[in-house]
Formats: sequence, structure tokens, C-alpha cells
Amino acid sequence: MHNKTIKELADGLRSSEFSSVELTQHFLGRIKQHQHLNAYITVTEDLALQAAQAADERITSGNATLLTGIPIAQKDIFCTLGVKTSCGSKMLDNFIAPYNATVVEKLNQAGSIMLGKLNMDEFAMGSSNENSYYGVAKNPWDTKAVPGGSSGGSAVAVAAGLAVCATGTDTGGSIRQPAAFCGITGLKPTYGRVSRYGMIAYASSLDQGGPMARSAEDAAILLQAMAGFDEKDSTSVDHPVPDYSQALNTPLAGLKIGLPTEFFGAGLSRNIATDLDNAMNEYRRLGAEIIDISMPTLTLAIPTYYVIASAECSSNLSRFDGVRFGYRCENPVDLADLYTRSRGEGFGKEVKRRILMGTYALSAGYYDAYYLKAQKIRRLISDDFKNALSKVDVIMSPVTPANAFGIGEKTADPIQMYLEDLYTIAINLAGLPAISIPAGLSADAKGSTPMPVGLQIIGNYFAEARLLNIAHCYQQVTDWHRRIPNGFE
Amino acid sequence: MLLTTDDVKKIAQLARLGIENHDLDSYTKDLSGMLDLMTRMNGLDTKNVQPMAHPLDQTQRLRADAVTEFNQRGHFQTIAPQVEEGLYLVPKVIE
Repeated sequence: MHNKTIKELADGLRSSEFSSVELTQHFLGRIKQHQHLNAYITVTEDLALQAAQAADERITSGNATLLTGIPIAQKDIFCTLGVKTSCGSKMLDNFIAPYNATVVEKLNQAGSIMLGKLNMDEFAMGSSNENSYYGVAKNPWDTKAVPGGSSGGSAVAVAAGLAVCATGTDTGGSIRQPAAFCGITGLKPTYGRVSRYGMIAYASSLDQGGPMARSAEDAAILLQAMAGFDEKDSTSVDHPVPDYSQALNTPLAGLKIGLPTEFFGAGLSRNIATDLDNAMNEYRRLGAEIIDISMPTLTLAIPTYYVIASAECSSNLSRFDGVRFGYRCENPVDLADLYTRSRGEGFGKEVKRRILMGTYALSAGYYDAYYLKAQKIRRLISDDFKNALSKVDVIMSPVTPANAFGIGEKTADPIQMYLEDLYTIAINLAGLPAISIPAGLSADAKGSTPMPVGLQIIGNYFAEARLLNIAHCYQQVTDWHRRIPNGFE
Repeated sequence: MLLTTDDVKKIAQLARLGIENHDLDSYTKDLSGMLDLMTRMNGLDTKNVQPMAHPLDQTQRLRADAVTEFNQRGHFQTIAPQVEEGLYLVPKVIE
């Protein structure tokens, strides 16, 4: 049951082949069986079974949606009323959210079943899930490898069949990179497409929630329920939400695909280059035309991102002060000690690094040199994308420079870890939508276990339906997205 | 290195962030590395470029001046570290 698509499961529920309670129990059983993957921080078994019972009644009464009765899971960055919302941090280990995020509210209203809250890098800062207070989640393709991050738990849960689909968030690649490492489909929507209300903020001008699923078809269904204008999010964009499933099969004849030369040079592993070559041939057969393009500012995306993200993080995370909620240190001697020690003891090392970096970049005398400079380069990067997307329909690129790396392999040097985000980060700076889909399963030069390889498809603002269409057509002629890691069949 | 341990101490003080003394060297090294990465930005001329704050260049929306939130103090304070009579308690500030 855990390898079926959302549509197949919805059909099974409607024809009473199985009930939502049975389906939910099946997934809860799998979560227990594969606990060693550490995909979940909290499992909400009782709530899930209650919701499943209600879903079964709703299906019988005939007013169900495609997601009614479908077991999903939420990244632990989304506030869930009455349920621990840790954001992967010791700081919020005791935090029971007093309200629901809009995304959670919408998915509940659609009748989906929340199985629990998924593991992640602390406050979504990381590319390996190793920055979680709850320990690293493990990649089901090779449990010695990282699942990617920050939405590592989400990618693991979907890839290992511990949830039908999951929510993720993406500030610099946090949906797409773990999707690539774990062989699933992950979409970062246009900035402002999915409400950020109740999604714990890291870098507010970059953060965006999106779907993580086994196929573009499932991602379209999940995005449909997540997307839309929200008055409670001041950066939400009031733009109509199309039917994401309707155009999935639109033929690709005449599609113009741009390949930025900056993304295919040195630094890209040979096995990934080969897999992407094969994917391009597949797209040619589907009628697409491949055009080389150049986007010179892309090389500055990493420094620009780390200035903007750190600055915004230092401001956003100032709310964690040990006064109103979250972790408080023992026996503070005065108010300054309360703030300083609560924050010092409650945050992990990577979060502290970024708070310090951001505080420095925003401090008197440095604002123009760092934050303002970065915002200007951000405009040039965005212009580069606009220019490219006036010549081609979509841009394709790798998602990661190499296969999923080993747990512990890159923790000693944070800069090395940042360079992992080379291909994903610029998209957040421009605010564009991008999807990562499985496009291979190959060993690297060191002869590793064959690991999933991702292909990134970047589109224009609000072109999510087009991206899903382009991904779906590829998934109709390939089966990379149907591959299942050993032991999780 | 671009920063000294004294710089890092000062930044940590600004951020009200406790850093253990034995970690100062590693933070100094890491932050210097990050700054070094960031100086790559200087290679690009940005004269006359407008800074970009929102990807779609949206400005802050206004809403009607109507009450939309109701008082949930009790509810919110159930998760507070220390409260008394509806107030958040912190160490004494004024003697």
C-alpha cells in the first residue's frame, strides 16, 4: 500500500478496498519498523487514527477531496496546534504550538492524515540533516549517507514509504537537495505562492514551503492543497491558483530548455553529468530543443545568499530569548544572563554561526558593505534569470554537485557544506519556482553504492503547473521515480 | 584571519549569544572563512543597482483597521517558562 500513488490510494478508499484507518495503521507500522532511519521527531499516532476515522466517514458521505484519508507528514518547522513543534532545535524541544500554520490548516481541511512531524536541520539551517538536535536522519539508499537537508526527514519518509507525501521548506535548496539525494520529487514554489504563516522563519525573503512526493503527479495534488493567497502572511502573493493536475500531460513539442554553462563545468561529478546528458536526450525525444545559455552572476550566488540569509536569520531568531516560550537556562542571575545563556545553550553550532555572521553583517559600519551589497547582487542575479527566461521556457541543471555524502564527512568545514548548495541557492534569491526530479541512480568515481541523482527544472514566476507538466512527461517515459531502495519495497 | 576572538566576543555580545571560551577559536576561524567567501561579492560592480528585498518587488500590503485577533493570553502562557498572575517572570531588573 505504501508504494501506491495518491490517486490509486484515493480510488482504493472510495471503493472500500481498504479504509483510511487501515491505511494509517499500515504507515504507523512502517514508521515503527524503520525507526532507525530517524525520519520522525514526533509520531502523532492517536491524532492520526482519530483523523483517519473522521476521513472514512467523510469519504462515505461523499464530500471527500483527493487527499482525504491519505497519510502525510509535516516538516517539524510548521506549527501544529497542541503538538510539539521543535524546528529540530533544543530551543523548541518543549514548544507545543498554540496554533496551526496555514499549510497545516489547509491540509487538515482537505482531510489528509498527519502521521507526525519530520526531522530537519535545526531551524532549517543545513544541507545534511546533521544539524538536528534529534540526530541525523538516514538515507534509505545507504544508511551511512546523509539524506540531505534541511528537509531531510521529509525526503527519507517519502523515499522509504513512511508517508505518502510530505511538506518541506526551501530557503536555499532545502526541498530540492534532499529530494535529489533520496530519489524523490520536490518542488520549491514561487516565493509568495505558499503561505509562510506558522512556518518558523529562517530567512523571510527566501523561505518557501512546498510539496515532497514520489512523483510530479502526487506533488501536483499536494501543492494544490498548499498553495494560495493568505492574508495572515504579509508577503503572500494574491495570484490565482491554477489546476496543477490538469496540464500534466500537455505535450512538450517545441519546449525550449536552457542549460547554463556555469552549472555544467568543473565541480560537477562525472556520473551526474552523464545521467543529466541522458535526461536531455530523453527530453529531445519528447520534442524539446536544448540551448546553451550563460548566466555569469550565478557564481556569486553563494556569498550573496549567506549574507542575506544570515542577516535575516539573526533578526528572526532574536525572538528566542527564554522569556515567553522555548528553552530557558537554569538559575539565571540577571536578565542579560537569561538571554545570553538561554540562547547559548538552546541553539546548536551552525545556528550560532549564522546568527553571529548576520549580526556582524548588519552591525553599524558593515551594513552597506554586506547586506546592501548582497541585495544589489541579488537584483543582478534575478535579472540574469529574467533575461535567460525570455529566451527559453525553462532552465535545467544539476541539483547537487555529487551523490549524497557520508554522515560526518563534511561537518568539520562549514564552508565546504555551503558549497553543496551551488546549484539551488540562486533560485531562492530570484524567488523562482524549481522542481527536483529523479533522473538516475549511479555510483560516483569512488565506486559508491549507486545513489539517486536529481535533475532541476527552473521556471518563470508562477509556472509551477508547467514545471509539473515537464516533470510528469519525463516520468511517463522513465522509471527513476519508481525505484525503491532495498528493504523498503 | 579576517576576525579576532575579540571581534567574535563583541558580536556575540551584540547578539546576546553565549559562546563558551573554548569555542571562541573555532567560531573565529569559521566566521573568518565565511567573511572571506563573502568578500567575493566585491568583484562585481553594483553602482546604480537597486537593492532587491522582495523577489516580486511587492510592497507591504495594508489591511482595514479592524480587530482580527482576540485575547489568548492564558492559552499562550501555558507554554511559558515562568508566569505569575498573567505576567511573564524574569530575573529582577530594577532593585
